[in-house]
Amino acid sequence: MATSEAEVETKVAPHEHDHAPHKKLVIIAWSGDLDKVWPQMIMATAGAAMGMETTLFFTFWGLFALVKDEKRITGENWMQRMVSMMDRPGIDHLALGKMNFAGAGPAMMKHLAKDHNIASPSEMLQMAVDLGVKLVPCQMSMDMLGLKREDLIDGLGEPAGAATMLMEAQDAITLFI
Amino acid sequence: MSAVAKTLDVKGLNCPLPIVKTAQAIKELAAGDLLEILATDPGAVPDFNAWTKSTGNELVEQSEEAGVYRFVVKKKG
Repeated sequence: MATSEAEVETKVAPHEHDHAPHKKLVIIAWSGDLDKVWPQMIMATAGAAMGMETTLFFTFWGLFALVKDEKRITGENWMQRMVSMMDRPGIDHLALGKMNFAGAGPAMMKHLAKDHNIASPSEMLQMAVDLGVKLVPCQMSMDMLGLKREDLIDGLGEPAGAATMLMEAQDAITLFI
Repeated sequence: MSAVAKTLDVKGLNCPLPIVKTAQAIKELAAGDLLEILATDPGAVPDFNAWTKSTGNELVEQSEEAGVYRFVVKKKG
């Protein structure tokens, strides 16, 4: 069967400039550990600075980084509340994935970062917003964790689902952090 | 060599702040304007090359003196 001209065009287009950089970056921010939220924020701000259309899709524990820092307990039922009691939400209260030592690890990491002029995750989150990074909370995770829109920081996009993320990711570099 | 329109001092700042601040600073310039950046992060050297390649701005000068890296970027027209 003959291939139509239009089809050929769409097949050829991506190879036209062999070294053309991807102009879209989609980061699936799954983890709420300090040592993973940090690279989420570094890659997102760097992506936006590179001129890439950048989206951070926050799902599962990643959503806890979007909870307002002054919120201590979130959730609508006892199970959801228990989760937030055991794992304090808010980007300034994240635990390390390793060497947490009941909060001593994160305090030490933040101290080291300050000494080396590395921006904190909360500063970088604000930078990401300023640079126009799209921040999309996952609706399903919000429901599961009992997080309401007003529990989360300002500047977020509309909550969405997997299809929205995959749609964005079709012509993008994707990272799962 | 035309004159530098603006100098951005990111000395002491670490990855990814030099390129993030540069991306923010260059927005305020006109096409063809020169932006001078002073940095101390050695990682900024490959990063500025990558950044200019990706954004289409031109890296017109690059030098190092006493641990300070100097970049001059011409905003794409």
